[in-house]
Amino acid sequence: MSDVYKSVVKPILAGFGITRRRLMQRRKKYADVTVQYPDELREQYPRTRWRHFLTRYDNGLEKCIGCSLCAGACPARCIFVEAAENTDEARFSPGERYAVRYEINMIRCIFCGYCQDACPTGAIILRKDFELADYRREDFIYTKEMLLEEYPGQSEEPFESKVGGVYVNG
Amino acid sequence: MPKKIETVVLHDSSTPVFGDIQKGGSVVLASSQTLLDIAINQARANALWPLTFGLACCAIEMMSTVASRFDLARFGSEAFRATPRQADVMIIAGRLSKKMAPVLRQIYDQMPEPKWVISMGACASSGGVYNNYAIVQGADQVVPVDVYVPGCPPSPDALIYGIIKLQQKIKRGKFGRLIELQPRTLESEVRV
Repeated sequence: MSDVYKSVVKPILAGFGITRRRLMQRRKKYADVTVQYPDELREQYPRTRWRHFLTRYDNGLEKCIGCSLCAGACPARCIFVEAAENTDEARFSPGERYAVRYEINMIRCIFCGYCQDACPTGAIILRKDFELADYRREDFIYTKEMLLEEYPGQSEEPFESKVGGVYVNG
Repeated sequence: MPKKIETVVLHDSSTPVFGDIQKGGSVVLASSQTLLDIAINQARANALWPLTFGLACCAIEMMSTVASRFDLARFGSEAFRATPRQADVMIIAGRLSKKMAPVLRQIYDQMPEPKWVISMGACASSGGVYNNYAIVQGADQVVPVDVYVPGCPPSPDALIYGIIKLQQKIKRGKFGRLIELQPRTLESEVRV
């Protein structure tokens, strides 16, 4: 009987003792290992590249001048830009031309940020909105209406999760 | 540059989006769900067993999704199965080469109904940067895809968002209407 205690029960108790000790440590040190994603968002790195935005100047004019340099720099060839002339009656951007059509095939984009680097006016900027999944491939052609921010500085605000999340510093 | 017209065959998902009549198919949804529908959909949506189908670098992010920081087990999807007979959802993680396409289709056919497909990443969804002779330009040319997740690769939270979208889709549907649709044909201009 004492053999059974020595060779079976005692090692088991000793083993679970280690488990219990580790559990207590874990509660102290690593309390929040898991990011509870749909309820709270992890803090993204400052240079995270996700969804594109076409930004505006402070006076409301679009920064994009329709030069298609982003389309030329794109390694996946997923950007399409069609430019048109600004007139005094209909003025969209400060320069001579503006983008009348600006489309990004979001399903082909690899979020490399070359368009952001190539842009001479800093119009296209990749922000941190990563919730882009959808059901149909037709919905992934992001038009200019979807990309352009409504007022200056809108895209700099922290994005709101579509499944209802709050930011945590983690 | 000379152009030629190439026909592309696309498969629509057999699980319809709610309130939606799909092109090329014959699925019309009734707007009301019975209690049995809701119960079965909840059971299906909260126990999705994914099939291990890592084809390229997206598989690393898929593994990271199951690990402790993002913990796919919170959605009942931690049991990755190595056999299609036990899996519900196939996550195509990575670029699909033309040699791999028949294998993918066979494994999809071996999965029991109901089954869903998540196309993870730019390469699986559309070909991405690999617009060349070797890569299938979109996995929906081979199997019907339910959710496309853009990104190169999508971060674990982006994949979890795709899984949440798939769960929402399953919960809104009616069970027993999962039929395979006829593939639709598109004509597209291809630069040679």
